Amino acid sequence: MKLSTLKRHMKEGTRNTWRNSWMTIASVGAVTTTLILVGTFLILMFNLNHVAEQLEEDVQIKTMIDLTAEQSEVNQLEENIRSIDEVGTVEFRTKEEELESLIESMGEQGEAWEMYQQSNPLNDVFVVKAADPANTAKVANEIGTLNAVDKVEYGEDYVDRLFTFNDYARNIGLILIVALIFTAIFLISNTIKITIMARKKEINIMKLVGATNGFIRWPFFVEGLILGVLGSIIPVALTLFGYYYLTHNVVIFEQFSFVQLLPFTPFAWQVSGLIIGIGAAIGVWGSVMSVRKFLKV
Amino acid sequence: MIDMQDIYMTYPNGVVALNGINVTIEQGEFVYIVGPSGAGKSTFSKMLLREEVPDRGRIIVNNKDLSNLKMKEIPYLRRDVGMVYQDFRLLPRLTVYENISFALEVIEESPKSIRRRVMEVLDLVGLKNKARFIPDELSGGEQQRVAIARAIANRPQLLIADEPTGNLDPETSWEIMRILEEINNTGTTVIMATHSREIVNAIKKRVIAIEDGLIVRDEHRGEYGYEA
Repeated sequence: MKLSTLKRHMKEGTRNTWRNSWMTIASVGAVTTTLILVGTFLILMFNLNHVAEQLEEDVQIKTMIDLTAEQSEVNQLEENIRSIDEVGTVEFRTKEEELESLIESMGEQGEAWEMYQQSNPLNDVFVVKAADPANTAKVANEIGTLNAVDKVEYGEDYVDRLFTFNDYARNIGLILIVALIFTAIFLISNTIKITIMARKKEINIMKLVGATNGFIRWPFFVEGLILGVLGSIIPVALTLFGYYYLTHNVVIFEQFSFVQLLPFTPFAWQVSGLIIGIGAAIGVWGSVMSVRKFLKV
Repeated sequence: MIDMQDIYMTYPNGVVALNGINVTIEQGEFVYIVGPSGAGKSTFSKMLLREEVPDRGRIIVNNKDLSNLKMKEIPYLRRDVGMVYQDFRLLPRLTVYENISFALEVIEESPKSIRRRVMEVLDLVGLKNKARFIPDELSGGEQQRVAIARAIANRPQLLIADEPTGNLDPETSWEIMRILEEINNTGTTVIMATHSREIVNAIKKRVIAIEDGLIVRDEHRGEYGYEA
């Protein structure tokens, strides 16, 4: 396309946006509402995911070693565990270390356990993490079948539930976002369609003098882009300010200090970029869709 | 230039518009299409621009066979055909200059050659001094001259005028006819559908009469042949 033609399309698209100001306001309003909701869902989803990943990281399999096991059997066990495909890290911890960390984690009440330092009832353990936390259950089961293993422990229920919840949250979020986007496209295309009635004459004359469909579509493309980007201004501002506030002033998970929100930079900027992108796509799609019908003949 | 063979066309509502048209028009001819309202004159013109497609038959315009023209190629066909209507069809919010340059922008001419060509055609229709006016500030005759200027701006081989003088007083009509003849003299084929007995009988050209979707008369230097 020639530069002069591109300039013409830009001018024409901008002019149409101004000329039909009430239509612009209506469309921008629809995009704004949609994007605020979409943005909120995105922030929720990504953070949920992030939290889940943090929790997943912490999921470990405690392999209690049989109290009667010989050193050679323990070595053999470690080798066997390492040879399982899905295993990530394996760490040996003596029963003394185990007791210490137990006492520490109990705080004040831990003192009661100190008497066990004389005769430690705990086992030596291998702390195993699966390379992919999703395989935790499988790895745990396999370890359970090995020799010299007394007991295998991992937050069975809790891990499974976490994964299921995450999957549901992800799917529902995606479905909602897609539904919202389609609603917005529909709204925009209908609003623009109303003004096209007025522009029908112009389109007809363009066709008459031999304009290609692509040429006629371009100003609408520009117009949709403008509408989409205008509609994303408020949602982006809300995202940036709101998320800044959340991450800097509010401690949501006071009791769960191990759970952290995604950091403002780069996350809030990435979401903002995504919002602008989705807004532009909604605007362009809606606009170009509305003109399609008038291009036949 | 134009070759129509056995053209049949019925509108979806059952109205038979064309009922077996055969006609050949040579490059550089000036042809009047006459006949009662609803006889098929407009359908005839629309077919040349492929605004309507015949149910049966073959149309060749400018060496292009319209029956197997792809959708994509239609704009390029129309660039070779200028169109003038009874109701002018100018864009009301654009100036005279912009109305014409619009037609050239659409076919992606360079800005420099657009400026040159717009002034050329405005000169041809005698409206150089009204370039900055909007259509509402012009008389009907002047508006039609703008429409003609727009139609010939991209140097079409063929100019189709659908009752170009239908809304104009007799004096203005002669002015429009003078311009159409001038365009015809440069080698452009002109097809003009009209109801004006005075014009057809005074400026003698080939006359094709259409009635009930059929060509009933085709004479060189013919008469209008109907009561006014």
